[in-house]
Amino acid sequence: MAFTSSLEIIRNVAKITLTGRLDASTATQFRDLVDQAAAQKVKAVALLLKDLEYMASAGLRVIVFARQKMGVAVKLYVVAPQDIVRETIEVSGFSQAVVLLPAYDAAVIEGK
Amino acid sequence: MDARIDFYPTHEIAGYQVRAGRPLPFGATLVPGGVNFSIFSNHATSCSLVLFEKGARTPLAELPFPLEFCIGDMFCMIVFGLDYETIEYGYRMNGPWDPARGLRFDETKILSDPYARMLGGRAIWGVEPDWTDPYQHRARLAFDDFDWQGDIPPQIPLADLLVYELHVRSFTKDKSAQVKHPGTYAGLVEKIPYLKDLGVNCVELMPIYEFDEFENSRVDSATGERLMNYWGYSTVGFFAPKAGYAATGQFGMHMDELKTLIKELHRAGIEVMLDVVFNHTAEGNENGPYISFRGIDNQTYYILTPEGYYYNFSGCGNTLNCNNPVVRAFVLDCLRYWAAEFHIDGFRFDLASILGRDANGAPLANPPLLESLAFDPILSKCKLVAEAWDAGGLYQVGSFPAYGRWAEWNGKYRDDMRQFLKGDLGYAGAAATRIQGSPDLYQWNGRGPTASINFITCHDGFTLYDLVAYNGKHNEANGENNNDGGNDNHSWNCGWEGASTDPAVNTLRRQQMKNAVSFLLLSFGVPMILAGDEIARTQYGNNNNYCHDTALSWIDWTGLTQNADMYRFFKNLIAFRQAHPVLRPKSFQDGLVSFHGTRAWWADFSDTSRVVAVMFDGSQARGGLVADNTLYAAFNMYWETLPFQLPAAPAGTLWHVVANTGMETPNDIFTPGQEPPLDDQSGILVGARSSLILIAK
Repeated sequence: MAFTSSLEIIRNVAKITLTGRLDASTATQFRDLVDQAAAQKVKAVALLLKDLEYMASAGLRVIVFARQKMGVAVKLYVVAPQDIVRETIEVSGFSQAVVLLPAYDAAVIEGK
Repeated sequence: MDARIDFYPTHEIAGYQVRAGRPLPFGATLVPGGVNFSIFSNHATSCSLVLFEKGARTPLAELPFPLEFCIGDMFCMIVFGLDYETIEYGYRMNGPWDPARGLRFDETKILSDPYARMLGGRAIWGVEPDWTDPYQHRARLAFDDFDWQGDIPPQIPLADLLVYELHVRSFTKDKSAQVKHPGTYAGLVEKIPYLKDLGVNCVELMPIYEFDEFENSRVDSATGERLMNYWGYSTVGFFAPKAGYAATGQFGMHMDELKTLIKELHRAGIEVMLDVVFNHTAEGNENGPYISFRGIDNQTYYILTPEGYYYNFSGCGNTLNCNNPVVRAFVLDCLRYWAAEFHIDGFRFDLASILGRDANGAPLANPPLLESLAFDPILSKCKLVAEAWDAGGLYQVGSFPAYGRWAEWNGKYRDDMRQFLKGDLGYAGAAATRIQGSPDLYQWNGRGPTASINFITCHDGFTLYDLVAYNGKHNEANGENNNDGGNDNHSWNCGWEGASTDPAVNTLRRQQMKNAVSFLLLSFGVPMILAGDEIARTQYGNNNNYCHDTALSWIDWTGLTQNADMYRFFKNLIAFRQAHPVLRPKSFQDGLVSFHGTRAWWADFSDTSRVVAVMFDGSQARGGLVADNTLYAAFNMYWETLPFQLPAAPAGTLWHVVANTGMETPNDIFTPGQEPPLDDQSGILVGARSSLILIAK
């Protein structure tokens, strides 16, 4: 599946949806969305990864970038990652920088 | 930063925008908009940067360094617009082919950057490489963006350290480990609770620098087993962590995975020491492959004979020229990188005596490299431990140039305590000296007991179980007709060679293993335990297990159940040591011991004695600055029970039994508060080949 990405900002929460394969050639698209979200001074970022099949190190590095660019005050949620993506995030230690959620939980993310 | 004029290209080479680079730092460094490449060669006449798409056999481009990009012996260039994630790079060096002068340039070879922080080519353990690939160990660019989350290394004083030597893959590869990612850094993270429970506070990792497990690999025709360079004492990339040890190596995330392991170990209060191999490289002798140094500047990096051949003080084909100023800086840069970037707490140097040889191979009285490491500001909190000998006959246990910093693997401790353990005549006095922290080795020159890393077993040689189960080595599986491995094992099989069904033999073996760990944990100095000894791991008599990626090497965690008494004994005695500073003096003036025999205050170190008894004066713990109990231990390595007269316990206290290896579990060791008092405070029978440990309270 080809890589697609989109950004939607609702009530100070940036929802970034990624699908397909996120590798070095597509990571810049992801990073651009993170930049846009950071510029909006959102309170939380939710990465919706249900349909993301693969994430190379370039993609993980964007998550690191997001964490460091936005600071600890901005919550970073990784929502519904597939097993291989979730495992890579966990084993490489990035899970300590984000909150892994099995599904989008508005109560948690948006504080509803 | 992007607006800075010094980050704009000035040239175009092979279609890439470039400008003159900076000589420092060496290696490939990310700079705004590009990568600064910098490499040394004293004798090369020209050099090209060779760029590849990740994994490709054919270069993407070759960029010759223009003369104006060379400063001194450095070739340096900034290349703009590279995709950091997908690029691999190497160098092609041209220069004289004159082996008699030590020059072996070959412009057909593509060479790895010695400073490469990541190497491709062996990203997944055990996957057969493409041997036709002209570039086997492929330098990659690395990021330094790991979030350490405020990690602070534990900085445990050497006197309080308890080292546990392990092989990353062996520790969790067996399915009995029951981890999600067997044989990896991530697998080891899952075992941190085990390490905490056992009570060790430092893991010493056998080599994790990038190596080639396929180096000299071969198939054993008798068994069909693929024999490998399993231990990894043959470095390919000194700055690069072994990708094949990472569950995420295939994704290029192994640096993060290793850092996560270190962070989690630190969080558990456990330090990380690396076993580093600077004595030689994987390039072997003149018949070996071109990986890096040989083609970059052979004459600088290796110690060569006057005829241009390789001196072999390592026993592995070549010898790194460690005291050449360029090589010295390389070693220093490397260790600084590991200390700063990976938060490593210490280094154990394999065949460290080589680090004290000069360019002709002669030992130096004041080796610049060892001095530099000792006084380096970045390494100032790192432990430095030498394996103080080499394969060229230099043996420096007790005399390694220490500069007040270096500790040593104490090979004499191992040899003396093994012989005392099996009841050889004439070792009682030696055992007493070792228990005191080897003052014969470390007092004369102002060093302390913490200069002595005490061990009875390590990766080289028998496991503890095999030490008491085999008289001789059984290395047939190594495919070298049992000629490899040491013959001076000082082992005793307790009456039967190998596995036995005789309960008496097995009981004696357990007793002997508990005796050995009792020696170790009641000795002044820094104890080191070989992983698996605490659950009586066997290698079936193989004392040189360097080549087996099989159950012969992997820890069988069912031993934790089958040998639960061993684990319990180790764990409780470790806790005992850590609870009693009187056993952990920082200097020879800190701890007061008195030696005894079967008669109190009457030590017998004669050649016919097989007995040592020792009392540790609690009032003098840490020079009298901390309160502790007085402790007493009687080691009876004679084959009959002997009566021991006890020195009086300090006024107002009674002797209580902490451990008695002559007893079956659970009466072999007692937890604090459960120690039974002795009925007779003036004497006790100590069983044949038994250790008795008492506490006065």
